[in-house]
Amino acid sequence: MRLSGAEIVIESLIQEGVTSIFGYPGAAITDIYDTLDKSPIRHYLVRHEQGAVHMADGYARTSGKVGVCLVTSGPGATNTVTGIASAYMDSIPIVVFTGQVPTPLIGNDAFQEVDIVGITRPCTKHNYLVKAVEDLAGIIKEAFYLARSGRPGPILIDLPKDILHNKTEFKYPKKIEMRNYRPTYSAHPKQIEKATAQILKAKRPVIYAGGGVITSHSSSELKTLAESLTIPVTTTLMGLGAFPGRHPLWLGMLGMHGTYWANMSVAHCDLLIAVGARFDDRVTGKVDLFAPEARIIHIDIDPTSIRKNVSVDIPIVGDCKDALTKLNQLVQKPGKQEWRKIRQPWLEQIKEWKETHPLNYEQGKDEIKPQYVVEKIYELTKGKAIIATEVGQNQMWAAQYYHFDQPNSFITSGGLGVMGYGFPAAIGAQVACPDRIVFDIAGDGSIQMNIQEMATVVANQLPVKIAILNNGYLGMVRQFQELFYEKRYAQTFLKGNPDFVKIAEAYGATGLRAKHPEEVGPVIEKALSIKGPVIIDFVVSPEECVSPMVPSGKAMTEMLLV
Amino acid sequence: MENNQDQKHTISALVDNEPGVLSRVTGLFSGRGFNIESLCVAETMDPLVSRITLVTRGNDQIIEQITKQLNKLINVIKVIDFTNTEFVEREMALIKVRAEAQTRAEILRIVDIFRCKVVDVSPQFYTIEVTGNEGKIKAILDLLGPLGIKEIARTGAIAMARSKKEGSLKREKSVILQETFGGGKK
Ligand SMILES: Cc1ncc(C[n+]2csc(CCOP(=O)(O)OP(=O)(O)O)c2C)c(N)n1
Repeated sequence: MRLSGAEIVIESLIQEGVTSIFGYPGAAITDIYDTLDKSPIRHYLVRHEQGAVHMADGYARTSGKVGVCLVTSGPGATNTVTGIASAYMDSIPIVVFTGQVPTPLIGNDAFQEVDIVGITRPCTKHNYLVKAVEDLAGIIKEAFYLARSGRPGPILIDLPKDILHNKTEFKYPKKIEMRNYRPTYSAHPKQIEKATAQILKAKRPVIYAGGGVITSHSSSELKTLAESLTIPVTTTLMGLGAFPGRHPLWLGMLGMHGTYWANMSVAHCDLLIAVGARFDDRVTGKVDLFAPEARIIHIDIDPTSIRKNVSVDIPIVGDCKDALTKLNQLVQKPGKQEWRKIRQPWLEQIKEWKETHPLNYEQGKDEIKPQYVVEKIYELTKGKAIIATEVGQNQMWAAQYYHFDQPNSFITSGGLGVMGYGFPAAIGAQVACPDRIVFDIAGDGSIQMNIQEMATVVANQLPVKIAILNNGYLGMVRQFQELFYEKRYAQTFLKGNPDFVKIAEAYGATGLRAKHPEEVGPVIEKALSIKGPVIIDFVVSPEECVSPMVPSGKAMTEMLLV
Repeated sequence: MENNQDQKHTISALVDNEPGVLSRVTGLFSGRGFNIESLCVAETMDPLVSRITLVTRGNDQIIEQITKQLNKLINVIKVIDFTNTEFVEREMALIKVRAEAQTRAEILRIVDIFRCKVVDVSPQFYTIEVTGNEGKIKAILDLLGPLGIKEIARTGAIAMARSKKEGSLKREKSVILQETFGGGKK
């Protein structure tokens, strides 16, 4: 079958099982749009290309499939960079197609030309400039494979306009051979043995799990390990949901805004079992003082993650699922032991930390506390919603007070920390999971970074709920200023904020507002009863702080309880 | 993470011979704050494969990151760190030196001792081609210096393992990782 490049793109997407894509047209890719509109693939027209990439990201996180977006050359391509960088940091599988000027014009500063392959080289897992239509199908096949295999990540394919015109015989490759790329899935048995010996010996072990557990679908293996040896579990921001948020062994999140008892447990453990996490600075604080008494086992599929920030006693390169499964087999070998009893002193100690410094806030009569809003959302959605967040305090409160029970339910820009991520990511999640309740927990600053996507939800009647924790400030930065800059609130007061209820209404959605604590529950219930998209403007205490907080560069035990 | 402060390493990477690959490699160095002291790139016997030889400096942990990050690039086929192995290393320099009547004999004597070649002669200058390891090149530069060097062009180092072959390209690149980390592979 002879097809044009544009037809090959669409046919290949169909072959890859793609059913939804997010994009924005332009001259360079009109050929693809012309073909796309006749295809069974559903296209979501966004209002800004950054939105398209975050949607593809949110879609990927909740569907387990590769997210796809399509944009034009030049400005269309540059608008995707933030989204790509975020997906790269969080290891999210997406494929981004960008238009490009025709091959003879490349390098001539042609109209809407930009070297997007050069620009995105450091923030993609890999990228391609297609130079001949004959290569196209193979490249797409490779791109999808690379995006989802090994440590997943974003792939970009740059498509010159003439390639989309040119025709060739189309045959979608059945398999690919990449001699340069073979991720290590299988954990080495020797390393597993060594790890087992340490685990059986440890008196005060802690499991520290990250996004890798979610990516590799190994939360049940993680739970088995924790339960069978009675090992308490903490996770990173990206790992929330990998372990049930109401489990007796659950310590809560660790790190800069982690719980007191999670950080204390890590600081005093004698064995830290890191699974699919990368020891980033928000988790370790001052590296020399991180888990100072512990031997460290580190399981990760990406060898570069190992020994990047901290030295490790037992490195295990491999898929978390494979490594955990093997560990679970080996740790059972010596027969049943009274782990509960053996762990008693350690669990007692943790309990004491927890009781002396719980997560708390006081919901008074007048002002709404943002934490209360999150807890109410948790309660009224029975913990079953998909929660996307923006960045800042809203993100941390969502992490602390929505007790995530299942993986793939918490969607946040963890590595890059992109304000404006949550709303489009929630849209992607809603497309992937039409039957689930999807909330974006937002700040009044962040929501304005991609608020134009209101048009996308309204046009497609996607029932995303946006809960704005409206404190009138760039709250997280204000908190820094309160604590470290003697309350000099330089440029963090958001003068000129719009009326978010009217914004919702102007787009044809529903806008609700709560100003008093007793309105919080009812307004959430009302939002849940509405079929379409809703913005809820929660007017919250302006100067509430996220607590605890470890100042950057300090040891994790130096928590401020603000 | 301490030890072996800033040892010099000669690293060779076999890569796809495609546009943009060198930029991925150098971008990795600049983006992560690693330094490249010298760099050589050329096609290998297989026209689809190029060899990049680069010299860098760092402690064990940095070199480990460099080799792992190189391995992670999709276009990198194999990475070898020659340090602490048996290998031959050569660089080449072209040295244009002032050749006065009184100094010509001296220059030719040096050329002879170092077994290098005069590749161009003009009324006032000799251009000398020298190959060898870094030490040899430094030595000849030290000797020629006082006679008046006008210009130098140097290549970076290229290197090859002694006797034993590096193994076929088909050996997957995680072999090295397996040895250090037990990153197993079926
Ligand atoms: C695109 C982008 N710009 C700037 C920042 C820096 N930043 C981090 S948190 C924050 C404040 C966020 O304010 P808001 O969205 O109102 O949320 P709050 O902290 O009040 O919940 C800022 C400016 C960022 N993370 N992303």
